[in-house]
Amino acid sequence: MTDLDTFRSETREWLEANCPPEMREPMRSEVDACWGGRNWTFSSEAQRLWLERMVERGWTVPHWPKEYGGAGLSPPEAKVLKEEMARIGARNPLYSFGISMLGPALLKFGSEEQKKRFLPEIARGEIRWCQGYSEPGAGSDLAGLQTKAEDKVDHWLVNGQKVWTSYADKADWIFCLVRTSTESKQGGISFLLFDMATPGVSTRPILLISGNSPFCETFFDDVKVPKDQVVGDVNRGWDVAKYLLGHEREMIAGMGLGGTGGTLGAALKPDDPFLRAEIAAFDVDALAFAAMSERFFEMFKAGEAHPASPSMMKYAGTELNKRRHELIMAAGGSDALEWDSERSKNGKAPRDWLRTKANSIEGGTSEIQLNIVAKHILGLRGA
Amino acid sequence: MALLTDDQKMLQETTASFLREEGSPAKQLRHWRDTGCTDGYGTALWKQFGELGLTGICIPEEQGGLGLGAVEAALVLEEIGRNLTPSPFLTTAVVGARAIAGTAHAERWFPGILSGETVLALAIEESRRHAPEQTALSAERRGNGFLLNGAKQFVVHGNSADMVLTVARTAGSPGEIEGLTLFAVPKGAVEVDSVTLADSSKAARMNFDNVELDADAVVGEVDGGWTPLSRALNAGRAGAAAELVGVAAGATAMTVDYLKQRKQFGKLIGEFQALQHRAAHLYGEIEIARAAVLKAAELVDSGGDKAELMVAVAKAKAAAVSKLAVQEGVQMHGGIGMTDEHDIGLYMKRDAVLGEVFGDVYYHRRRVAELSGY
Repeated sequence: MTDLDTFRSETREWLEANCPPEMREPMRSEVDACWGGRNWTFSSEAQRLWLERMVERGWTVPHWPKEYGGAGLSPPEAKVLKEEMARIGARNPLYSFGISMLGPALLKFGSEEQKKRFLPEIARGEIRWCQGYSEPGAGSDLAGLQTKAEDKVDHWLVNGQKVWTSYADKADWIFCLVRTSTESKQGGISFLLFDMATPGVSTRPILLISGNSPFCETFFDDVKVPKDQVVGDVNRGWDVAKYLLGHEREMIAGMGLGGTGGTLGAALKPDDPFLRAEIAAFDVDALAFAAMSERFFEMFKAGEAHPASPSMMKYAGTELNKRRHELIMAAGGSDALEWDSERSKNGKAPRDWLRTKANSIEGGTSEIQLNIVAKHILGLRGA
Repeated sequence: MALLTDDQKMLQETTASFLREEGSPAKQLRHWRDTGCTDGYGTALWKQFGELGLTGICIPEEQGGLGLGAVEAALVLEEIGRNLTPSPFLTTAVVGARAIAGTAHAERWFPGILSGETVLALAIEESRRHAPEQTALSAERRGNGFLLNGAKQFVVHGNSADMVLTVARTAGSPGEIEGLTLFAVPKGAVEVDSVTLADSSKAARMNFDNVELDADAVVGEVDGGWTPLSRALNAGRAGAAAELVGVAAGATAMTVDYLKQRKQFGKLIGEFQALQHRAAHLYGEIEIARAAVLKAAELVDSGGDKAELMVAVAKAKAAAVSKLAVQEGVQMHGGIGMTDEHDIGLYMKRDAVLGEVFGDVYYHRRRVAELSGY
């Protein structure tokens, strides 16, 4: 038996013994996704136990070093863990922007002190993070952001406004892009971390077309931030921001995979031949994208992927996800229009469908991704 | 295994540099087209394929080949597609070799394939649409052998092939996969009508009028032809998909290059976002198609139970992407793209033929639906 086989059998055994049966069921509603944080209320004892046990193993962040709360798994071991979790249908124990976005940026750009301070609490799900990037006047043109942080010698004084801040109303801390210099557009941005409970921070949820409010407007009014909470160098935050965006795009690209493993046609059983043909065309694209995803992650780990390739994946994955939900709506016919009945699980189909429309906007629009591919991969000027 | 091994990368590079030199569109395709070659490819080049060992790519090592698989065949075929190299590689070294592997015919034909002298073809189609299970061409027992009656069309390289693997019905009725038998039909046994296709490659229409064959012409088992045939079809479909990825990549590389040269309104046309986004979209689609092809080839090699599904995905995806690439290619080249002098149009013609070989995009979408149970 190879080491990896041993790891697999031990992992399987541990998961069998430690993953509560309830945590192997598909999620029924939003509260089934555990986000952790200071104010999190576990929806069940099983949810609490599952997180606690996974944290103990370092398996909420299996590939992070042990000293930062991870398990130090090699990429093949991390893949085995993922496969074994999928085998029993184990839920993700912790959804976290800290894990998927801030963590990788801290690992690369953070000081040793910052890593020791922030990474373990991210791994344990103790602090819930939100992302302060977009502003009313800085969407696709992100580097045009105006929220400013003034150097007041013993602290930063932050003033301004962010928008589309996912779950800002539920988050404990924010990683935030601020302007620390007006001399250069991209070269005047810093990457700042601060507590959302700091005086002067306020949030207002935005009601979306889906009827939900996952995004907020976030206001900063004379917010005082300690000096040691800048990640990377002052005025070099754009590097951190871009690196983090790469990870965000990978994560969003994952939406292209759907998640059930089977084809959409097998799930929907379309009876109309024209719809069936469209769904089959979709399934070809979806299965091809799944193959691409697998290949992309292997290439990325091996350092063979082009640095701009997350943009290609993000574009393809989100456009695919929008198509998936258009087809789910089409196959659902008038049933899929029910907005608040129990039969429709409180309008799950139409709300999910509307939610996907943000996929190709958040984390950089499809058009921005195409610009990046054109410029950095194809070498076309002026993009 | 989604990454290429060092050996595979070396094979890719060797093939690429060999073909760049010998098989670039202007050199090979145009030469044989413009000199009215009846084969549609150069026999000297085919021999060179043999000298490099490439013709034995799918032939087991103990029989003198490289003993490699569908992944390696795909790498070679992508280069062939990129260079528009006319050659009987797909029908002979991939489809033919796979079909006869492990049968009595291997011994007879492998040496010639290895040396780059023998050409094989596969005769399946009886109508304008790919439908192997609909085979009606009949093979009746007659004495010690069989009597074949019927017709085949779109037999790629059938006019120059030394042997044509022919699917015939020995039992059952059209629509059934049982009762099919694969025959090795030697050159000269059947009336062959040579056809030049849109891309200047050659195919044959074959008329079987009481053609007598010995019993030893059977490849595999009588009534059990589906086994070698589906083996050959998986290899052929994955291979054609790989070649389509090469066509798409070659056409797109040429197009992106043109975007960086052509000036209008005082700017390079590649500076216009309307064209940049279309080119960037194509880039992603080609990457995705390549990943699908490699995944399908891996599953063919490992005998995975999703191999058939993924092969259908690969052929459907690669055909759609290649179609988009050649259309965008000609459009973005503007007027010059319409001229025979420019190579971009050759890609469009090659795509049309490859898209049809072993089932078009609609055939394979339907297969994806059927294999998924809807």
